[in-house]
Amino acid sequence: MENQFDLSLTVNGVSYQREVDPRRLLSDFLRHDLGLTGTHVGCEHGVCGACTVLLDGAPVRSCLIFAPQAHEHEITTVEGLGTIDDMHPLQEAFREAHALQCGFCTPGFLTTLLPWLEEHPQPSEEEIREAISGNLCRCTGYQHIIDAVKLAAEKMAAG
Amino acid sequence: MKPAPFKYYAPRSVPEALSLLHEHGYDAKVLAGGQSLVPMMNFRLVQPAVVVDINNIPELATIQGDNKSLRLGAMVRHAAAEKDSLVKESAPLVHESMPRIATMQIRNRGTIGGSLSHADPSAELVVVTTALKANFRIQNQSGERVVPASEFFVGLLMTAMEPEDLLVEIEIPPLPPRSGWSLKEVARRPHDFALVGVAAVLTLDRKDRCEDARLVYLSAGDGPISAPEAAALLQGEKITPDLIAAAADKAAVDEIDPGSDIHATAEFRRHLANVLTRRALEEAHQRALGGKEEI
Repeated sequence: MENQFDLSLTVNGVSYQREVDPRRLLSDFLRHDLGLTGTHVGCEHGVCGACTVLLDGAPVRSCLIFAPQAHEHEITTVEGLGTIDDMHPLQEAFREAHALQCGFCTPGFLTTLLPWLEEHPQPSEEEIREAISGNLCRCTGYQHIIDAVKLAAEKMAAG
Repeated sequence: MKPAPFKYYAPRSVPEALSLLHEHGYDAKVLAGGQSLVPMMNFRLVQPAVVVDINNIPELATIQGDNKSLRLGAMVRHAAAEKDSLVKESAPLVHESMPRIATMQIRNRGTIGGSLSHADPSAELVVVTTALKANFRIQNQSGERVVPASEFFVGLLMTAMEPEDLLVEIEIPPLPPRSGWSLKEVARRPHDFALVGVAAVLTLDRKDRCEDARLVYLSAGDGPISAPEAAALLQGEKITPDLIAAAADKAAVDEIDPGSDIHATAEFRRHLANVLTRRALEEAHQRALGGKEEI
C-alpha cells in the first residue's frame, strides 16, 4: 500500500522494522505485529491504563499513540520487566501481596509504577494512591495493590 | 474502536507543517500529544483525511523566559512544564495547575498547545491562561498573528484558529508586583474533570486596596467563564471577608452558567463555585499581601 509507514523502533531492547498503516495504534502494533500480548487493551480511549507502556522511559497510554509516532523511540512493555524465572522485585511484590486476581490491569500498573518507584523510593500511602489513580482495577479494590507497592519499595531499596 | 484511515505526515519544521496545513486545510488535523484527538479518532467522532504530526519539531517544545513573558512552545508536554523551574518561578499558577490535569500517563504525552487548541471548558489551562491574560502566537503560511486569550477561546471546543493555522507559542506575561493567585476546584479524584473550578488573580495597590481582580471559572459554561461583575465589586476596595462573600455570591449566582449532568446538578455546581471563589480569593489575597513570596 502507498500509505504504509516504514517503522523502526526498539522494544524491550530489541530492534524491529515493520511496515505499518499509520492508523495502527501502538497498543495493537505491540500485540498483533510483534506478538507482545502482555500489553492489554481495555477502554481504548485513555481512561483505564491497561495499555500503559514506557516510551523512552516514561509511562504513556499506548492506545493513544499511533505506531509511526514511536519511530526511532524506545518502548518497554511488561515483557521487558522480568521473566517467570527472574521476576522484577515489583512483580514479586505483586505476587506476594495478592495484588491481582484476573490480572488484566496488572501490566499497566507495573509499567506505571516501575519508573515512579525509582523516583519515589519511599512513597507514602497517599502518594501511592495518587500514582495509581490512572489505572483501573475491577478485582482487588486496590488495597492489595497499595500493599504491593509498599512491599516493592522495600524490596527495591534492599536491592 | 479503531481510527478511520488517514494519510500521515510528520514534518520536521514549522514551515513544513504550515505548508501541509495550507495544502490540506479542512481535511487535516494537527496531532500534538494526541490525548484528546486520538480518543476522538478511536471513537470515529473525528475522521481527518490527513494527520499532521508535529511531535518531531523540536523548536515547538522549548520553554523560554525573560522579564517580559514566559514563552511556552505549543509542544511542551505537561510533564515537562510540571518539572520546569522557570515555569514554577514565573507562572506559579500554571505550575500549580499541572498535577490536576489528567493522569501521569496523560501528562507525559499531552501538550500545552494541544490542550489549549482543544479548548475544553473543563481544562485547567484554558482557565489559567485566560486569568493570566496569556497571548497565543499563531502562524500560517501567510504570516503570524498574536491573539489574546480573551479572543482565542470562542466557544465550546472552539478557538479563533482557522484550519490552516498552527498554534506555535503561548506567551504568559508576569503578574504585577503585589499580586496573588489561586486555583481551586472540586474533582472526585485529583486528575478527573473538575465539577467546577476557579482561577483567581488579585493585585493590590500600596494601600492594600484591590487594583485588579480576575476570576475565571472552569466547567461553568461553554468556555472559560469570566466574572467581571464580581471582580468589579472588589476593585478599589480593601479586601474583607464580607466583600469576598459578596463577590462569590455575584459570580456564582449571576455570572457563571454551569450545566447539569450525571456528576452534578447546575445548582450544586453554583454552590461549589461560591465556596471555591471565597477560598480562592482568600488565598490570592494572602499571597498578594506577602508580596512575591508564596504563603
